[in-house]
Order: sequence, then C-alpha cells, then structure tokens
Amino acid sequence: MAVITVTINDELVSGRTGQSLLELVRERGIDLPTLCHLDGLEERGGCRLCMVEVGATNRLAAACVTPAQEGMVIYTHSERLVRYRRMILELLFAERNHVCAVCVMNGRCELQREAYTIGMDHVRYDYLTPDLPMDASHERFVIDHNRCILCTRCVRVCDSVEGAHTWDVMGRGVNCRVITDLHQPWGSSRSCTSCGKCVQVCPTGALHAKGSSVAEMVKHHDFLQWILDGREKKQWATRNGDPVEGGR
Amino acid sequence: MTRTVTIDPVTRIEGHAKITLYLGDDGKVADARFHVVEFRGFEKFCVGRSFWEMPGITARVCGICPVSHILASAKAGDNILGVRVPPRAEKLRRLMNWGQLVQSHALSFFHLSAPDLLLGMDSDPATRNIMGLIQNNPSVARSGIRLRQFGQEVIRLLGGKSVHPAWAVAGGVRDPLTAEDRNQIKRMLPEAFDIAELALDLLKDSYDKFESETPVYGDFPSLFMGLVTPDGGLEHYDGLLRVVDEDGRVLENVNPSDFRRFVGEAVEPWTYLKFPYYKPLGYPQGMYRVGPLARLNVCDFAGTPRADRELRQFRRYGQRGKPVTGSFHYHYARLIEILFSLERIEETLADESLLGTHVRSISDVNESRGIGVSEAPRGTLFHEYEVDGNGILQKVNMIIATGQNNLAMNRTVQQLARAYVNGDGLSEGVLNRIEHGIRLYDPCLSCSTHAVGQMPMHVQLRAPDGALVQEIIRD
Ligand code: SF4
Ligand code: SF4
Ligand code: FES
Ligand code: NI
Repeated sequence: MAVITVTINDELVSGRTGQSLLELVRERGIDLPTLCHLDGLEERGGCRLCMVEVGATNRLAAACVTPAQEGMVIYTHSERLVRYRRMILELLFAERNHVCAVCVMNGRCELQREAYTIGMDHVRYDYLTPDLPMDASHERFVIDHNRCILCTRCVRVCDSVEGAHTWDVMGRGVNCRVITDLHQPWGSSRSCTSCGKCVQVCPTGALHAKGSSVAEMVKHHDFLQWILDGREKKQWATRNGDPVEGGR
Repeated sequence: MTRTVTIDPVTRIEGHAKITLYLGDDGKVADARFHVVEFRGFEKFCVGRSFWEMPGITARVCGICPVSHILASAKAGDNILGVRVPPRAEKLRRLMNWGQLVQSHALSFFHLSAPDLLLGMDSDPATRNIMGLIQNNPSVARSGIRLRQFGQEVIRLLGGKSVHPAWAVAGGVRDPLTAEDRNQIKRMLPEAFDIAELALDLLKDSYDKFESETPVYGDFPSLFMGLVTPDGGLEHYDGLLRVVDEDGRVLENVNPSDFRRFVGEAVEPWTYLKFPYYKPLGYPQGMYRVGPLARLNVCDFAGTPRADRELRQFRRYGQRGKPVTGSFHYHYARLIEILFSLERIEETLADESLLGTHVRSISDVNESRGIGVSEAPRGTLFHEYEVDGNGILQKVNMIIATGQNNLAMNRTVQQLARAYVNGDGLSEGVLNRIEHGIRLYDPCLSCSTHAVGQMPMHVQLRAPDGALVQEIIRD
C-alpha cells in the first residue's frame, strides 16, 4: 500500500492508495455529509451529498466513490458545495412527505440531522406532496414510501449481507420506488427472511418496526461491522478490547 | 328594519371565531350565530397512515389539549389491538389526564376568566387581562400561573419534555414513572391544593357581584353528557357514558363505544363546526352540554372527600336536586374538578404498584374498528378509527368537546345578546359579556375544527338586503 499525498482544504495530508476520498477526509476529522454511504456497504454514489471540488478546474466528484490519488487537490466546504448540498436536501424534502413532527424517526433521522447541520430552515421548492402508500403487510416491519429517499441501503444490505435480495428499485424519476419481490406486498415475500437488516440501515423513517409510534424508532448499525468482521476476518469476539482471531 | 352586527374577533379564546347578531325590526336581537370559520381536515389526511402513529399525529390537532387527543387515540388503538392495557399503564394515563385537567382549568379560570370576574366586566379593556390582573392582584395571578405549572409539570414528568408527548400508545404507555419523579409531584401537591382552595374562595366572593347577571349567561334546560364510573361517580378516563335530561333523569348509561346509537352530527352552511345532538330527540332539540358542568350534573357523586363537599354546595344552584342549568357555573364546576384531580393524583401517587416497568401490552391488529373516549377538560372526546388488516386507517372520525357544546354556545350568545344589545349598537362591556359567555365553555376552536389560518378580523353591520352599512376593523 503506497503512501500518497493529497491536499485537502489547502493542507497536505498523507493517505494510502485504494482509499476513497471520503475515507481520507473523514480520517482527518473533517465532517463530510453523506446519506447513501454506510460503512460496511458497497458504495452507490447516488445522493451526491459528499461531493467535493477536485483540482484547479473545481470539478465536482462524489467523495465516496472517488479513489484518492497522488497529488490531488480538493476542497470539501466551498461556498458552492454548501449551496449545492442544501439544494439537494431541500429537493429530498420537497419530493416526498417528510412531516418530521409526527415521524417515527423524529430526532434520530439522518436526513433530518443533515438538514439541521447545514442550517436548512425552509424549502424553496414546491412540495410535490405525492400520494404514497405505506406497506404494513409484513408481520414485523413497515415501509412508508412517504419518507424514502431512495438511498438503496436496504437494497444493498439485503443483497450483499443477508443474501436474500428481497429489495429492488423500480420506475424512474419521481415514480421511482423501492419494491419487495418484484413489487409484491412485503408480507407475501418468499425471499424475505425477516432479519430486519434493511430496517436497521435505513437512514430515515421509511423502514421501521411495526407498532412504532412518533419518535420512538431507534436504529443500530453495529451489527453490520460484527457480521462483516466475522465473515471476512473470522473475527468473532474481542478480548480486553482487542479482536480475537478465530473467535476464541 | 333588520340589521346584522358581526363581532370579530372573540379575544382570549383559543383559535378564532366570529359572531353575527341579527337585529329585528324592534331593534332587539332576533338571532345570533357563533361562527367557526377555520378548517384543517385532520380526519382526511390521517387516512392511509397507521393507527400506531395516531396518538402522535392527533396530538397535533391542538396545542392546548394534546393530552386529551393522545389518550383518546391510544384508547382507540387499545381497542384495535383488542388487548388489556396493563393496570399500571392505565393509572399512569389517568394521572396525566388529571394533570391536564388541572393545567387547562387553571388557564381557563385564572388567565382567561379571572380578569372579568375580579376586575369587572365593564373595567378598562386595556387592563382587563392577565397583565392587568398581575398589576391589581399580583398574588392571585401568580397563584394561577403556579397551579398551571403544577399540571404541566405532571404531564412533563410522565411524558418527557416534548410539548406533544406521544407517550400514551396503543397498548399502554411508553415509559414508566420513576420514584424520583413521583416524589417530585408529591412535593408540589400541597401548594396546588392551597391554590385550588383560594380559587374557590375567589369565585364564591365574586358570585354576589354577578347575581343579577348569571341568569342570562346561558341558563336554559338541556341534556348533559359525560363519563361516570360504573357506580356513578365522577370520571374522566373510562367507565360508562351517561346522558341525563334537565330533570336529572338518566337517559343513557352505556358502554361509550355505543355512542353512535344516540349521537348524531348535523352540519350548518354558516360554520365548519359540526353540531352533535342526541338522536332520540332530533336536531336541534337534542342539544346537550358536555364539560365540567355536564360531568358534575351526570355523576351521582364525585368520589373524593373535598370535591364531594363542594359538589353538595354546587348542587344548590340546581332546582330541587335537578341539574345545574346555568352555564355561568362552568366556572365553579371547573374549580371542583381541579380539587378532585388533585385528590385523585394524591391518592394514586400513594399506590406503590404505580412504579414498575411493565406498562405496555404488545399485540397486533385484532379488530378492524376502535373507539377511544376520554373526558377532555372541555368535555367528552371521541376518536373513531377503521383500519384494514394491517392497521392502515381507512376512516377517521373525531367528535370534539367544543363541537358538542356548539348548540349551547349559540344559545348562550343569543341569551346574552337579547339581554344587552339593542338598536343603539354595542358597547365594549356588551361585547365582553358575549365573549365571556363563550369562554364559559372554554372552547378550543383550533381543536374543534382542526383548524389553522384565520379570517380577517372585523365588525360588520349589514342592512336587510345584505348591503354593508358599516365595517370596523378591530385588532
Ligand atoms: S424520515 Fe427524517 S426527514 Fe423524513 S419525516 Fe422522518 S424525520 Fe423527517
Ligand atoms: S427504504 Fe430506507 S434504506 Fe431503503 S431506499 Fe428508502 S430510505 Fe433508503
Ligand atoms: S454518500 Fe456519496 S453520493 Fe451519497
Ligand atoms: Ni383542543
């Protein structure tokens, strides 16, 4: 792993080849907003919140899917980037029905947190207020399309970690939806193992446990790292805080 | 000649309203209408959501009485689950409801009505408010604020810090009460009792001043409706739904879920507020009143020592043991309910089984229909839900206290207008009496129409042909 040097916000930083810009930026303690990215899942590069300015031309690139390269010069929080990020967030809010005050994830939602952090106090675009359903046919979980931001974390975790591939994406533009089993009610899905991984990784109130009331849903991401460490490194336990190979 | 006088706004009530007075040829008031002109349509947009979310959603119907909606909604949810709520959770819910009664009644009495009662109906309108009260009777004003704080503190300690505590949920409540929080409520109780007694003294002293006036503040025969315990005691959370007539005869004494059999809802083109009525008597003869006055009229006894002592005095305002028909006595009834709530809170806090962690019964959709009833400070509140097999709402109906008092409020405005308004126009003191007449019911207009947005504020004078004679904008 060769050492490389990258300039981040006018500061020289050393990293390793094969790292993404996002990893490098976060290693430096710089807070770069993300929504579709989740540690442990393959990248999608869809939400564009992690965009940075690259090089003298100020080309924009999504940090989560851009490999760090020797000599790169990047900016993470230029005025233009902040403006774009705010636009992206406003568009997400305008596209579906995010009524945070009565949402199961109110106070813990990643979308809400990003909006607060960037200081989004209102939405300048017309709300589309689409008439979207909730599918509560699953015995334990609910999908509320009103709160879905199409980050596809659910699709990816179900496919690559659980291996069930229950989730998919259908339609284009504003008609885009996540679906289960080729657009069957979730409750009738034969591929779904009811493991709940999709619910845990969903950044918003879109996927939640049945019976949750307002602001009650709590999600945990830790399981993902535990599963992956076990699967890839055969690392099942820790002793005195250190990983134990082979699990003993 | 017939003229129309419209008074707008009614100040110091939650939400907005407009009153139209129709003057007849003799210059006296021929008719009066109390309009509610705002509409929000919660019932419509809840369809498609899940019933689990409803306590949190309907708490937003009203910033004044969220607790009542949360409880009615959670109870409708209990019925959809078809479970028995853990007894501890029921006690905690009751505790919150009593806290809500105390804070809401304290607001109504001290902040909204005491300025009229203590400073006088004709006193300077610029200071006839809580600020004026603070100047003239600082200790009374301060007591009012303290009592309200007590109620709010009970709600906060139970439901967490939020303004709209979505704490009661289908099946029970979300969080138990800690010993520490219980002790804190206990510590606050003695002061609250003192203030309740003080309020009773203040009210009784001011009764003499209003002796000549009380008969026109909505004194008329009507039915009364409210919850009672199975043995007929004062009740605010569950029990039986009772309807009595003006002679005190019990017309209904049933499971609250049966209310549809005898409660109808009429609509009038000139207001968004629906007019619930007692079906067997038809509309509008089936007018009934709800709220503190009605609850004290339907019950056989209160069930706590101090409240029962006051109730015996209260009953003297009724004709030979019959219900008290004068709406002016809503004030008195409210204060008795504060006392009752404090006594019940004290009694409940002494119950060791209150502390403990099992407070929620878990289940899934077992019934397609759920009705939740509770007594809001202003009167009986009904939430009625229909869900599909997955718990998605297909139909939502809410019958709100202020709506049920709609007919009575109109009658009260009529009575007052006939007594005080003549062809010469309206003095400020008259406007204030009409407002006070409405405030007796402590109407929550934002809640009863599920409303936001407001009409322009104005006073209108219209000729018989509808032409505008005069218009006064009043902020
Ligand atoms: S998902 Fe997040 S942003 Fe959307 S309504 Fe819920 S809390 Fe608000
Ligand atoms: S359901 Fe949740 S995880 Fe899946 S795409 Fe929508 S927001 Fe992302
Ligand atoms: S986090 Fe990089 S594009 Fe979404
Ligand atoms: Ni209300």
